Amino acid sequence: MQNFDFVKPSTIAEAVKALNSGDAQALSGGQTLIATMKQGLAGAETLVSLTGIAEMKGVSSAGGKLSIGAATPHATVAREAASAYPALAKLAGGIGDPQVRNRGTVGGSLANNDPAACYPSAALASGATIVTDRREIAADDYFQGLFATALEEGEIITKVIFPIPEKAAYIKFEQPASRFALTGVFVAKFAGGVRVAVTGASNDGVFRWTEAEKALSANFSPTALSGLSVDAGNMITDLHGTAEYRANLVKVLTARAVGAA
Amino acid sequence: MTKLSMTVNGKAVSGEVEGRTLLVQFLRETLHLTGTHVGCDTSQCGACTVHVNGKSVKSCTVFAADVAGAEVTTIEGMANADGSLSVIQQAFQDCHGLQCGFCTPGMVMASAALLADNPHPTEAEVRHGLEGNICRCTGYHNIVKAVLTASGQTVAAE
Amino acid sequence: MPKDYGIGASSKRREDVRFLTGRGQYTDDLSIQGQAHAVMVRSNVAHGKIVSIDTSAAAAMPGVLAVFTGEDFKDVGGNPAGWLIKSRNGEPMREPKRPVLAHGKVRHVGDAYAAVIAETYEQAKAAAQQLADDTVIDELPAIIDMKAAAADASNRVHDEIPDNICFDWGWIEDNRAATDAVFKSAPHVTTLELVNNRLVPNAMEPRASIGEYFPGTGDYKLTTTSQNPHLTRLLVAAFVMGIPENKLTVVAPDVGGGFGSKIYHYGEEALVLAAAKKLARPVRWTAERSESFLSDAHGRDHVTKIELACEKDGTFLAFRTETYANVGAYLSNFSTATPTFLHGTLMAGPYKVPHVYVNVKTIFTNTAPVDAYRGAGRPEATFSLERVVDKMCRELNLDPFEVRRKNFITPDMFPYTTPVGLVYDTGNYQATLAKAIEIADVAGFDKRATESKARGKLRGMGLSTWIEACGIAPSHLVGVLGSRVGLYDAATVRVNATGNISVMVGAHSHGQGHETVFPQIVAERLGVPESSVEIVHGDTSKIPFGMGSYGSRSLAVCGVAMNKAIDKIVAKGKKIAAHMLEASEGDITFEDGKFSVAGTDKAKTFGEIAFSAYVPHNYPLETLEPGLEETAFYDPANFTYPAGAYICEVELDPDTGKVDVVAFHCADDFGNIMNPMIVEGQVHGGVGQGIGQALLENTVYDENGQLLTGSFMDYAMPRAADVPFYNVDYSCQTPCTHNPLGVKGCGEAGAIGSPPAVVNAVIDALHRGGITHVSHINMPVSPGRVWQAING
Repeated sequence: MQNFDFVKPSTIAEAVKALNSGDAQALSGGQTLIATMKQGLAGAETLVSLTGIAEMKGVSSAGGKLSIGAATPHATVAREAASAYPALAKLAGGIGDPQVRNRGTVGGSLANNDPAACYPSAALASGATIVTDRREIAADDYFQGLFATALEEGEIITKVIFPIPEKAAYIKFEQPASRFALTGVFVAKFAGGVRVAVTGASNDGVFRWTEAEKALSANFSPTALSGLSVDAGNMITDLHGTAEYRANLVKVLTARAVGAA
Repeated sequence: MTKLSMTVNGKAVSGEVEGRTLLVQFLRETLHLTGTHVGCDTSQCGACTVHVNGKSVKSCTVFAADVAGAEVTTIEGMANADGSLSVIQQAFQDCHGLQCGFCTPGMVMASAALLADNPHPTEAEVRHGLEGNICRCTGYHNIVKAVLTASGQTVAAE
Repeated sequence: MPKDYGIGASSKRREDVRFLTGRGQYTDDLSIQGQAHAVMVRSNVAHGKIVSIDTSAAAAMPGVLAVFTGEDFKDVGGNPAGWLIKSRNGEPMREPKRPVLAHGKVRHVGDAYAAVIAETYEQAKAAAQQLADDTVIDELPAIIDMKAAAADASNRVHDEIPDNICFDWGWIEDNRAATDAVFKSAPHVTTLELVNNRLVPNAMEPRASIGEYFPGTGDYKLTTTSQNPHLTRLLVAAFVMGIPENKLTVVAPDVGGGFGSKIYHYGEEALVLAAAKKLARPVRWTAERSESFLSDAHGRDHVTKIELACEKDGTFLAFRTETYANVGAYLSNFSTATPTFLHGTLMAGPYKVPHVYVNVKTIFTNTAPVDAYRGAGRPEATFSLERVVDKMCRELNLDPFEVRRKNFITPDMFPYTTPVGLVYDTGNYQATLAKAIEIADVAGFDKRATESKARGKLRGMGLSTWIEACGIAPSHLVGVLGSRVGLYDAATVRVNATGNISVMVGAHSHGQGHETVFPQIVAERLGVPESSVEIVHGDTSKIPFGMGSYGSRSLAVCGVAMNKAIDKIVAKGKKIAAHMLEASEGDITFEDGKFSVAGTDKAKTFGEIAFSAYVPHNYPLETLEPGLEETAFYDPANFTYPAGAYICEVELDPDTGKVDVVAFHCADDFGNIMNPMIVEGQVHGGVGQGIGQALLENTVYDENGQLLTGSFMDYAMPRAADVPFYNVDYSCQTPCTHNPLGVKGCGEAGAIGSPPAVVNAVIDALHRGGITHVSHINMPVSPGRVWQAING
C-alpha cells in the first residue's frame, strides 16, 4: 500500500479543510476503502479519518424522521434505531459481519455506493435526505450509478435523515462469498405511497422498481405483484447469478419484503 | 513515522508507525504479539479479530493511527489473571473447537464479543454471530458447541 | 464409563493451550535477526512469452538487496513429479520442467517469474511492482478448456508437448474389451456427464517460508509451511538446489492447516534459500491470500462421463468412465497420482461389480497446478459412482438403499479383490448403511418433508455409500505403479534417563492432534501417564526420515511405526529386567508399567528400568547396549479401507433455488478408534469441506485465464451459518487386519463421502417437488444453478 499522511480531525470544519487541501481522501470505517487500498486501487497523499468527529455520530428520531450521523457504525444503528425504524435497524444489523458492523458507517457506505451494498436501498426506498458539509441531497438525486454519487470532490456526508415509513422491510439474498447483497429489496410504505428500492441487481446500481411501487400503493400485498415482471435486460450477470436469476430474485424478494413489513 | 500510543491488554504501549501501518502490523511487528493472525487481504476471514474499546474489529482493516489512545485486547490478553484459560478458551479446548489453531485467536475474540452482547445466544445466533470468521478445519460444529457451552448452555445436538 | 486415558480416551488436546492463548509459533510468527523480505513477481497473464525483464530500476530502489529472475535458476533442477504414469500405449507421461522461477514463458496467472528481496516488505513490494512494469511479456492465447486444449495442437502450454496431454491412462487396460462387451449387451445403461469442481484448498494459514544460510558451516535451514518436512528436504536438496541433504534442515513449525496444499514443494522455498545464501541473511516470504489463490496447488477439476451397466433389478454389471483431469500448467508433486491411482483404483466402490474400466486423460492448461486436496482422487471417484447409482435408481424406479444393499460386497467375501487392482481387507458396508438409516431416522422423513412443505420448502434426502483407500501406502505396490518414493514412515521412541519419553515422528501435525493422540498410545502400551510423553515433529534435524501427513496416514503408518518402536522398547526392557531380577528373559512379563518375573512378586518399574539403562551400573553391558531408545520404520502391507454411509437432508427454496443442509448423518467404519473426540472433529471438518464443495466453492478462470474467484469475496468458503450440526457415528468397527493398531484413518472420509450425499438430496428434493426433468446439477449447486435448472 502506498504510504500517506494520516490526519484525524475532531470537527467537520477541520475535516473539510483537510480534504480540500491537496490530494486527500476521506476515510470513514474503512471496511471497503482499506481493502481497496491494499490492492493499490485507491490512495492519496493524505487520509482524513472521520471517525473522531463527535458531531457526525449518533442516532436520533423526531417528527417522524430518523437522523443518523454519517460516522455512526452499523452496529450502533442496529441497536439504537431498533424501536424508531426497525426495518432500517435490521438492515444495519445484517451488513457484513459483526466486526464490519463495528467499524463500517452509513456515511461510508453511501459515499462509496457499491452496487451491492445494503444502505443505498434503504436511503432510496425511504426517500432519505443525504446531508453534507455544504447542502442537502434527496436520495432520488444522490445515486448516480455504480460507485457514482452526487457528491463533489472533497464533499463529505455528515448525516442522513430517513423519513420513517408506516411499514417497511428489507430482504437480502446474500452473495455466498462476500455476504454482500446478490439482490436486496427494501420496501417502505408511506401514507403517500409505497417505495421499492433494489440493490445488488442492476448494472446501474440501486434503483426504484416503479411498477411495483404503483401496484403496491394500490394494494400493499404480495399478490399485487403477481402480474408484474422484471426486465432482465439491465441486470447483472456474474459468477453468482444470471440477469434472469436476479430479475427473479427482485420479484421474489419484493413479495417477501411486503409480507414481512 | 509518527509516535503512537495505546493500551494493549491493559498495558500502555507506544511505537513508531507510518500512516499506512495497520493495527495488525503494529500488534505483530512492533509489539511482537503474534497471536493475532493474518489469513486474508479482503477483510473476510477474521483471523485478525481483536477488541478495540470492547468491540470486535478486524485489525487488518483498521489503521493503527486511527485507534490511537484506544484500549485494545488481543488473544494474549484473554486468559485469566493467573494464566489459566478463560471460560471461553476452556470451552474451546473442552469441545475440541480448534484443530490447526490458526483461526482460533480470531474465533475466540469474536466469540467473546458475541457473548458480551448476547450472553445466552441460540445456535442460530452463534452461527450468525461468527459470520465474520472462517475456519477450514472444524466444519464449525465444535466451535458453535464451544460458544454455547461457554454461555452455560448444554448442547443437545451431537 | 469411557476411558479417561490411553487408547480410546477422548483426551483433551495439549496443543490447544498454546493456540488458545496466542502462543502458537507459525512460520510467519517467527522473527529472525537480520531478516530481509522477499516478494514474488507474478504473471498477470495466463500465457505469454517473456520478452525482456529490466531489473535495473527495481534493483536501484530504496532498500532493495537483490533481484532474482528465471535466468538465475536456469541451471538448477526442476521441481519433480513424484509419480511416473504411463499412457495406455505404454509411453511415459510428458514431464515438462517446473523451474523455481518461470523462464522463457509464463504459464498461468500467478506464475512467479521474478523475486525482489529488500530490507522491508513494503520496499520489496514496491520494487516488485516496478519490476513488473519493466517486464515485457508477449501474451499468447490462453489454454483453459481441457477438451479444447487436447483437440488443438497449435496452441501449447509447453512447446514440446504438442497436444497438451500429459498422459492418457487406462485402468485396467486389459479390462477394457470385456467391460465394453458388457455395455453392448446390458439390459440397462445409465450415463451421466458431470464436473468435479475445481477447489482452492485455502488452509487458513497462507504459505510462508524463511530461508537461512550459515556461511561458517555451509548449512542451510528452511522454515516452511509443510505437511512433510523430510519430503520437502529431499525435493529441495536432491532435485532442485543440489544442496547435500545433510546440509539442509527443514523445519515445519506450527502449521495452520494443509488439506494437501502443503504437501508439495513450491518454488518460493528454493528462492528464499538461494536468496539467503546470496545475501548471507535470513530471507522470509509470506503469501498474501490473493497469492494463495493464484499459486497454491488447487484440487479436483475433473470432467467425467460415467456409465453404469446393470440388470433391470439394479444389479451392477459394469462401470465405465472417461475423465479429463486438469493438471494445470506444471506437474505438482503428486498431481499425476491423484487422478490415477488415487481415483481409478476406487472406481469399484464398496460394490461387487465384476467389470470396471477407467480412462483418464490429464491435460495441461494455463491454470495453477492441480494436485491432491483432502481426499484426493477418492472424492472424485465416489462422486461419480454415487451420482450415477442415484440416477440409475431414479431411471429404474428402484430404492437407493436397496440397490446399495444388493450390490455391496458382503462381510464373508473379504479379503476381496476388486476389478481395479485393490484388495479390501475387511469391512461391513451393510452395517454402516443400517446404522446410517437408524441415526438419520429415515422412517420419519416423510413427516419432516411435510413440515418443510408447509414452510414452502422442498425437502430431499440423499445417500452416499463410500469407501477409500488410505493409510498411504505400501511401497512395493506404489513402486510398481510408478511412485518415485517409498511411503513408509518412521518413529523414534526415546525413553529418557528420568523415565519420561520423547517420541520423534515422521508424521506432521497441522491440526490433527498428534501431540495428544500419539502419547495416548505410548501411555497405554508402556503404562506411563500421557503427560510424561512428548511428541517431537516437524524438524528434520530431530526426527527420523518419515514421509509426513496426508492420505489419512499419520496413525495408520507413522502410528504403527511408533507402535513397533514401543515393541522394541518393551523387548529391551525385558532384557534389562531379566538381568536386574536375576531371571531368564522368557519369564519376564510387562504389564501396567511393570516388568515382573512371572509367578513371583519380583518386579521393576518402567522408571527403574529406564534409569538402569542410562546409569548401567548393574547392567549386562557385555550383551546389551546401554540406553533405551528405539527407532522403527513401518511400511504398510496394504492400504487401509475406511468406509461408511452418509445421509444428507436438504431443504430447497424453489423460488430462489437456495439449498440448506438441514441434517447430515455419518455412519463410518474407521476400525479401531484412538481418540473419539478427535475422530469426530476430523469427520466434522471433512463434511464441512464436502458441503462447501457441493454447494458453495468453485474456482473459475475466464477464457483469458484470469482467475475470477481470486479472493474470499468471490470464492465462497463455508461459514458457520452455512452448515448444520453433524451427526457422527463410528460404532461400526471392523479393525484393519494388517496393522497391529487396527486403525484405518479418518482424515479424509468426510470430504469423500459427503458431496454426492448433498447433491443426491438436492435432486431428491426437486423430484419430490414434482420437478422431475432435472437429473443432475453440477457442483457447486448454487442457488442460481438450481433456479436455472428448475426454470430451464
